[in-house]
Amino acid sequence: MVKDNHSHSAEHVLNLRLRVWRQRRGQPGAFEEHALQGVSTSASFLEMMDMLNEKLVRDGKEPFAFDHDCREGICGMCSMTINGMPHGPLPGVTTCQLHMRNFRDGETITVEPWRARAFPVLRDLMVDRSGFDKVIQSGGFISIRAGSAPEANATPVPKDVSDAAMDAAECIGCGACVASCKNGSAMLFVGAKVTHLNLLPQGQPERDRRVLAMVRTMDDAGFGNCTNQGECQAHCPKGITLDVISHLNRDYLGARVKAFFSSTGKVRRGGD
Amino acid sequence: MALTGLVLVGFILGHLSGNLLFFKGPEVLNAYAQWLHENAALIWTARITLIVSVIAHIIAGISLTLENRAARAGGPAVEQTRRASWGSLTMPYTGLVVLGFIVFHLLHYTFQSVALGGQTFPLASNPAFTDVHAMLVAGFSHSGVSAFYIISLALLSLHLSHGVSSTFQTLGLRNERWRGRLDVLAVAFGWIVFLGFSAIPASVLAGCIK
Amino acid sequence: MNLDSKIASGPLSTKWDAHKAKLRLVNPANRRKYHIIVVGSGLAGAAAASSLGEQGYDVSCFCYQDSPRRAHSIAAQGGINAAKNYQNDGDSVRRLFQDTIKGGDYRAREANVYRLAQLSTAIIDQCVAQGVPFAREYGGLLANRSFGGAQVSRTFYARGQTGQQLLLGAYSSLSRQIGAGTVKMYPRHEMLDLVLVGGHAKGIVTRNLVTGEVRTWSADCVVLCTGGYGNVFYLSTNAQGCNVSATYRSYRRGALFANPCYTQIHPTCIPVHGDDQSKLTLMSESLRNDGRVWVPKNTADSGKDPAQVAETDRDYFLERKYPSYGNLAPRDIASRAAKEACDEGRGVGPEVGGRRLGVYLDFSASIQRLGESVVRERYGNLFDMYENITGENAYRRPMRIYPAVHYTMGGLWVDYNLQSNIPGLFVGGEANFSDHGANRLGASALMQGLADGYFVLPYTVADYLAGVGLSGRPSVEGVEYRDVLAQVNDRVNRLLKNQGKQTARSYHKQLGKIIWDECGMARTRAGLTKAISDIRGLREDFWKNISVPGTGLDVTPELERAGRVADFLEFGELMCRDALIREESCGGHFRTEYQVDGEAKRDDARFAHVAAWQWAGETAEPIRHEEALVYEEAQLSTRSYK
Repeated sequence: MVKDNHSHSAEHVLNLRLRVWRQRRGQPGAFEEHALQGVSTSASFLEMMDMLNEKLVRDGKEPFAFDHDCREGICGMCSMTINGMPHGPLPGVTTCQLHMRNFRDGETITVEPWRARAFPVLRDLMVDRSGFDKVIQSGGFISIRAGSAPEANATPVPKDVSDAAMDAAECIGCGACVASCKNGSAMLFVGAKVTHLNLLPQGQPERDRRVLAMVRTMDDAGFGNCTNQGECQAHCPKGITLDVISHLNRDYLGARVKAFFSSTGKVRRGGD
Repeated sequence: MALTGLVLVGFILGHLSGNLLFFKGPEVLNAYAQWLHENAALIWTARITLIVSVIAHIIAGISLTLENRAARAGGPAVEQTRRASWGSLTMPYTGLVVLGFIVFHLLHYTFQSVALGGQTFPLASNPAFTDVHAMLVAGFSHSGVSAFYIISLALLSLHLSHGVSSTFQTLGLRNERWRGRLDVLAVAFGWIVFLGFSAIPASVLAGCIK
Repeated sequence: MNLDSKIASGPLSTKWDAHKAKLRLVNPANRRKYHIIVVGSGLAGAAAASSLGEQGYDVSCFCYQDSPRRAHSIAAQGGINAAKNYQNDGDSVRRLFQDTIKGGDYRAREANVYRLAQLSTAIIDQCVAQGVPFAREYGGLLANRSFGGAQVSRTFYARGQTGQQLLLGAYSSLSRQIGAGTVKMYPRHEMLDLVLVGGHAKGIVTRNLVTGEVRTWSADCVVLCTGGYGNVFYLSTNAQGCNVSATYRSYRRGALFANPCYTQIHPTCIPVHGDDQSKLTLMSESLRNDGRVWVPKNTADSGKDPAQVAETDRDYFLERKYPSYGNLAPRDIASRAAKEACDEGRGVGPEVGGRRLGVYLDFSASIQRLGESVVRERYGNLFDMYENITGENAYRRPMRIYPAVHYTMGGLWVDYNLQSNIPGLFVGGEANFSDHGANRLGASALMQGLADGYFVLPYTVADYLAGVGLSGRPSVEGVEYRDVLAQVNDRVNRLLKNQGKQTARSYHKQLGKIIWDECGMARTRAGLTKAISDIRGLREDFWKNISVPGTGLDVTPELERAGRVADFLEFGELMCRDALIREESCGGHFRTEYQVDGEAKRDDARFAHVAAWQWAGETAEPIRHEEALVYEEAQLSTRSYK
């Protein structure tokens, strides 16, 4: 037991009721209710889920499957909608960094997976986010072969540009933007990557190709459309703002217009 | 949505400025109406642009709403909203009401086929034209009709309070610094539209203008 | 067994070039006919898979996470070293080499370390070209900061998320190859075994973590970039899924495991809060640039509010013991000093299990000197993270920190080509043992992962493939594949069918406690001997009483965990055995019996070698081989940071 005579965050113990989503791949799911006693307020939300699972396993029952890995808010793997909020009630943190001191004794907590067509449920709280990977594969990169890079300081990048690119690059690809969006849209995720790469001088040669390809892939992956409500920004654990969506829109419109009026090349003589 | 919305916003501004001539008396308003109708090319260009924009706006709106519903896959069992404004959440519904309102409004004053009790309002000085001022006064004398106008205008304004700022975002012309200001501008625009348009039925109902 | 490191002759500075010139090549038209398996998608794995795919090989890449972007390289905070000398403060390849080999307490292979220092500059070029948004100065050029164990500023960084940005850079390269079809990506696949055909590594067995399907894959060679084994301690800064299985299973197939006792304890982690804790969170070492480490001088003050401990009653022990490096002393030394202070009863913070395990990292002097806004700009995200976890505001009261396991320098034995003693089995990144010796300096793990992936493996893998030729890949229907598959299935079924009552996590916790107590920051002969027998007992108990609910034909997280814990239960014993036999103190390996004035006492006469362990069967004790460490240019000296 922890004893502390001067801490700012005295530890308490909570008794909770948990409504947790149970589902097998391709089948309908439902909530299951469990009581959990003796949860320390200094435990993280995932540690609370571990406690529940340990209890279930000791009773010979199957634990709830959920995605998690680094547990320090950077890998983007954890994904739970807690009381209707992706990553839970504390803005600016991932589920793994949400601590139980943010909940009340006796509270009923509803835990469900990310809900979006593009994120089908694999099991319980676990969803398939491979749509994000497909978007990156279609253009979220700068084409550079290992070994062919020029000297790093050959291209100065103004600090404010580099900082703005970094702001966007901090996206962890967790999918909370999609889960919180009333339209299941991935614009914040795609916007963050487009903004990061399109701001930098290194990203210029592929700027238009990138944005057109990524938007097309995003649409094909089954994500919804942005209606500028801003729920994504309000739920993003990394503080990515709607600026990146604005940037994406600007670059996309520009690329479409440029593509429309671009030269179609030389007239070929004879057959093609 | 943004581009067609922008056209419609422009139309609303024009329509509003024309309407406000109502308060300058029957002569000014009727002269304006007459001028409009004498410039057939102008009015038909405007009408065709509007019809195309409205249809495109509706088609885009419906497909957007349907696609987005599907993409959401039902959403979570517990729904929470942190930031989305009421206006943004109700866009499809306010849009539908506004559509119904537009249809009614056209039948009412453009075709003069409903809610006017079969009356016609030939202009005294030139019976080929309508006495718009008299028609409005007559039309808005029905309290039910006026109430429907005012409620619909309120919903239109709610629609605009999200739509106007959102247009800037869609065109890539907004950032965090400007978002707050544009949101205020959009809400202010909504209020201007609401107060400006509903002043006419309200003043007729209140008996200020006969 | 002859452990040939295959290092070229000649001066250190020309060895890599001379070696590269002799490596064989594969004709571009033939490359797509070779199938290469890369396991792991962290810095080393993603860089290797994308580089090999780019060259035209047919690459399959596997990771257990849902996306290659989640590999734990992403969690590295502080930075990446490179000998660019942009600061004009006297840095050079040789200086980086010297710092790294000294930091490793002269237990790393000289030629490997030199090559790493040489390649460091190309890594920065590569990452910048990929769009990694490193910190910059107002003039637009790259910024640097200083890090532990060095007296020059050579660390490149991207806020407190350098690992994230570098991994996303490597992930974007990998994604480009996946999109181009040269790399096939298999996320949510865990490697459960290695397949050897004719003594060469020619395939793996994986379990699909979604469908439960266990299957074999054949390839012309296998590249393991599966990270370290820090989770043998249960509580560590590693991700939950990090495991030893891929390397340990390869060890059981004949690969040598080198220096398993070399583990790094990171000095600046958030202290343990209680029994249900699953993970320790690291606070970047860069904090030590501006924070001062202290504990009360008197045990009576250890329970007090830090503000009530007078300046004269504070012991800034790193500044006192190591005046020239001060708070920037290397990790092993800073960690041990913190442990000693706490063992003397001068630890701070809440009591956990009757002890106060924590020291202060105090920013008040920096806040006074630089202002809160500067400190916030430098470390804001770390201070926020600290507050999230502890509920305390580090701008107002000192942070509490305590050492935690962070990195493992040991790993599969590899030669200069990063090839293990099994031909065709290559090992990159933290999974191999090669570059850090007995202790790793800050900001050099990222450097090693990328150097291996971008600039070493693409050359050496080609050399192997050119050697075996195009007829080298056996059919996956072969008896060797079927045998290994059957063994893997047996083990999975044994776990699933066991009628126990205990959870895998409970065994993992018990194992972690044994390892932390006896094979952690200070190790003794008696403790290690006891640990070995305790682990054996625990292992027997595990196979009797483990419970794994589920069918295994679906997502079965308990099965994944049980399999990993079972391997840790075997590996932990090997680790203690290695620590027991290494009767000296070096780097992260501190044997209490071998010290002078509280500092580590190396024994170069007996232990200037790599210990590489060979599996000898379930019941036999493993065989220890030695590869002598020959220093041609580095001068072995007693590591002093005083």
